[in-house]
Formats: sequence, C-alpha cells, structure tokens
Amino acid sequence: MSPHDHEHGDDHGHDHVYGDDDLLAEVFEGGPPDDYEILEIALRELLFDKGVITPAELRAKIVEWDGKTPENGARIVAHAWVDPAYKQRLKDDFYSAAAELDIDTAGPQLVAVESTDDVHHVFCCTLCSCYPRAVLGIPPEWYKSKEYRSRIVVDPRSVLSEFGTTLPDHTDVRVIDNTAESRYFVIPKRPEGTEGLSEEELAKLVTRDSIIGVTEALKP
Amino acid sequence: MSTETIPPRFGIGDTVRVKSLSPEGHMRTPWYIRGKVGVIGGLMGSYWNPEESAMGRDGKPDRMVYHVHFDQARLWPDYNGRETDQLVVDLQDHWLDIASPQELEAGNLS
Repeated sequence: MSPHDHEHGDDHGHDHVYGDDDLLAEVFEGGPPDDYEILEIALRELLFDKGVITPAELRAKIVEWDGKTPENGARIVAHAWVDPAYKQRLKDDFYSAAAELDIDTAGPQLVAVESTDDVHHVFCCTLCSCYPRAVLGIPPEWYKSKEYRSRIVVDPRSVLSEFGTTLPDHTDVRVIDNTAESRYFVIPKRPEGTEGLSEEELAKLVTRDSIIGVTEALKP
Repeated sequence: MSTETIPPRFGIGDTVRVKSLSPEGHMRTPWYIRGKVGVIGGLMGSYWNPEESAMGRDGKPDRMVYHVHFDQARLWPDYNGRETDQLVVDLQDHWLDIASPQELEAGNLS
C-alpha cells in the first residue's frame, strides 16, 4: 500500500508539495512515517488548504535554506585570516561584516569568537539545537544528539579527542552554550604553513566542524 | 522606549549566582547551571523575556542577556582539563543575583 493512501474525502482537492505517489513512496522508503513526520505533513497540508502558505513558497524556502551552506562560513573565516581589520569588524558586528562578502545573516545575532594558542572555543546548545544556521545551514544530527549536548559541557576534552582533536597542554578549552538570543561562530586558528595560500585555498581548509569548534581547521 | 527596557543590573567582572528556581514553562536557563556562581564576561544586548513570549505575551520589558563565565573545575567533580577551562552560558538578568568573590572562591561543588 502506498503511504499516501489515506482517506481524503470527496471535496479534498489540494496540491501536495510532492507531485506523485512514487516520489512519496521513495521518501518513506525507510518505513512508515513517525508521529512527528505525520504531524509535519498534517500541519503543512493544513497551511496549504487554509491558504496561509503555498507549496511554491515552501519550495522557495527550502531552496533558500539549501543555499546556506558551511562554504559561507568558510569564506568569512578565510577573509578574517588574511585581513586583521576585517576580523575585528567581524567580532564587533557580524551582520555587517558578513554583508561585505554578500552573505545575508538576517535572523538571530551572530557572534564570532576566535580560537588561539591560548584558548580553543567550541559551542553547543544544551537546550535544543540552536546553531548559526545563516552561515552553516542545517545542523548535523550529532549536534542535536543528547550525547553531544550533555558530554561536551561536562567533559569537552574527551569529546574533542573523539573528534580527533588534541590540543596543546597550554591551551584552555572554552565551551559556549547557545542558550539565549546569540548564535556563536568560531574563527578557528589559522593552520601553520599557510602563509603562501590564496584566500580561496584557505577557505578549503575551513570545515563546518572547525567553525563549531569540535575540530581545528585542516592542515594544508 | 526606556520604560520598555530594564537597565542592566550587572557589569563585566561582577560575580553572580544563578537563581536556583524550578518554575514550569519555557525556561532557557539550563538546569545544570542553576545555583552556580560565575562571572559576567559580556553584555549581549537587551531582549524580551522568552518565558513570557512563549506564552503568547509581549515579553516586555526587555532585559539584558549576559555572557556568564563559569570555571569548569568548580562545576564538575574530577573535571578532566585545565584549571582555567571555562563554560560560557548566556543568561538573562532576572535569573541572576549578585554574589561575593568569596562565594566564587568557595566553589560550586558543595
């Protein structure tokens, strides 16, 4: 039976965001939808039926969010590495500094913190999944897991080592819990041996995880 | 609108204790930090009270959100790391009380 075989009723003509049942079957290939997926579908269909949003608007929103990728964050970091004045502007006013690179960070206030030899920053959200989505996109599953959210706060050095990150003995670890209105963004330490690299080459060394702070930037 | 914003009660370097309360509803103060003593590290701006706005009210007046620094070694027994490792939590004005540096020295473990 197709997962989309539910009773519609006679006068229930509406457009679904996915056009055909084959595609829906593919979406639910892993098994029947769970309660939250059913809730989301029900809410979405209700919003369409009531004319609150249209399928096209939802689709446009998905495309917009798909465009918010960690590459945006990487460009910001690489520019901050090569231009100390820019790095300062980024720390002072993230929104304006990102706009200089044509990156729109409308939404919660973003705050840049810099990791150095003296202090390594890593962030989490112990309450839910707060994340600098405007520059990193959708958070990874592990970021939302209870394991990460609890252990990074209590025992950050063990969690970092599980990510392959071993810090020098003289480096402090500072964990930031995104609990309120600001979303944090780590400027990772610039790796050694990168003096001759272009900004584009530098950006390739900046990973999503290095901006969360569970790793350092890649070595060239 | 000045009447819509409560002036911040704390400044950078002040020692504060997080209130040890357990109200029901939408609270953004993590349980693990309630009752603990830390130091104000930054003022992050004034915002509505999310405990009120979550209930559909306007959340006014706005109040300061602070960056509060806690020493990890003072939070967890047998903390695995440096004495100077820190945990930073953003907390809103009404969740904080002024505390003495002696209270900070006394630690959070007892």
